[in-house]
Amino acid sequence: MMAYWQNVWDHWQFLWDDRGDGVTYFQWMMSAWGYTVAVAFCSLVIALVFGIIIGTLRTITGHRIISTFAATWVELFRNIPILVQLFIWFFVISELVPGMRSVPGFVLACCALGFFTSARIAEQIRAGIQALPAGQRNAGLAVGFTQLQTYRYVILPQTFRIIIPPLTSEAMNIVKNSSVAFAVSIPELISFAMQTQEETSRGVEVYLAATLLYAITALAVNRVMSLIERRTSIPGLTPQAQGGH
Amino acid sequence: MTTLDFSFYTWANISNYLISGLYFSISLTIAATIGGIALGTIIALLRLSGIKPLVYLSTWYVNVFRSVPLVMVLLWFFLLVPSSFYDLFPGGSGQKYRAEICALITFIVFEAAFFSEIVRAGIQSLPRGQSSAGQALGMTYGQNMRYIILPQAIRNMLPVFLTQTIVLFQDTSLVYAIGAYDILKGFEIMGNTFGRRIETYLLAAVVYFAISFFLSMLVKRLNQKIRIVR
Repeated sequence: MMAYWQNVWDHWQFLWDDRGDGVTYFQWMMSAWGYTVAVAFCSLVIALVFGIIIGTLRTITGHRIISTFAATWVELFRNIPILVQLFIWFFVISELVPGMRSVPGFVLACCALGFFTSARIAEQIRAGIQALPAGQRNAGLAVGFTQLQTYRYVILPQTFRIIIPPLTSEAMNIVKNSSVAFAVSIPELISFAMQTQEETSRGVEVYLAATLLYAITALAVNRVMSLIERRTSIPGLTPQAQGGH
Repeated sequence: MTTLDFSFYTWANISNYLISGLYFSISLTIAATIGGIALGTIIALLRLSGIKPLVYLSTWYVNVFRSVPLVMVLLWFFLLVPSSFYDLFPGGSGQKYRAEICALITFIVFEAAFFSEIVRAGIQSLPRGQSSAGQALGMTYGQNMRYIILPQAIRNMLPVFLTQTIVLFQDTSLVYAIGAYDILKGFEIMGNTFGRRIETYLLAAVVYFAISFFLSMLVKRLNQKIRIVR
């Protein structure tokens, strides 16, 4: 029994080794996890803001320019791989757009991931709005609301509730997609795993730890979202789990 | 102000740096789609089999690969596939194309989890009444599958398969993590060689956009064509 635990310790003790500058690999791993969560969270905020705006604009009828703009936005950010978009932000936009050179890499990475995800969220918002019966919009207009008020008080509150399940999977995707930030040297979990693997040759242990942290994060996101879903559901309106028949 | 200069995109340079990368990206997409659908169908059938251990195993498989980033899975396979495996390929090509072979294996295994969910949803989306009606008409299991279930299930699945293939094509850029030579790598090396990173990344974006956009238009057309009018 002792020998077993001794063996486990031998495998994992490298985590408490100094990596060379007074920081242990364990501390580095925790900070890397923090970066993963931070990148994912900030990107999600950006994605939600732009996704909701663009998705709403896509459903507005009678304004050609607006709907073309929104459609172009979605196609542009959806059809280019996230890694390429990341490189575009780091090597093209930061070079060509004046003043962008001083923007920190973390912000650029969040922009890249946020805009990429905004296209997907916009599509879900659009689908959510279009899933509502046309009577909802007509009723809003009939009681004298302007188009803006109809969206604000009638359509969007219902849409947000409809799209929580697909949003949950987007939120989990954003955690996974934050892994591409390794390519632009953001010190997140993948960077940590790759570098520590090289330095310590403890590949299996390092990857196992990183994989577990990703799984824990995904699970946590899932729990939080289902909590939000239960809190915001309108009894009788939002479809509950239905029994078979 | 930086001025853009695209003059280094000569045919000689394009065929030197980009063609083999583009070829790899596309063949990886096609091979991983076919392999992923094959493995994914098996996993979906296991999951629908109703045999407890198989159901658990396949559910676990799907959940694991869906909660881990593809980059992480790539790193895992790159670490774990033993060197002797690459020796199985003739003429030392296995060692030479290590990253590329590893990428293919990873993509098949990883995408199978996603394809299996599509297959499962496609079969489960049919109302039970369909197969019951088939049985009531006196059809055998095979006839039922052939004439009732599969024609509808495949119509449900096909557009999602193709959409997933577009996602897969974009995901192939992630082989960057293990250094496989795909189209993005080709652009990167070209950019570093000529000191023109802006122009190469811009064109990389254009190439990916053109292919993905073209494919998604195709899916849209196909959707209208094979839709079942109800």
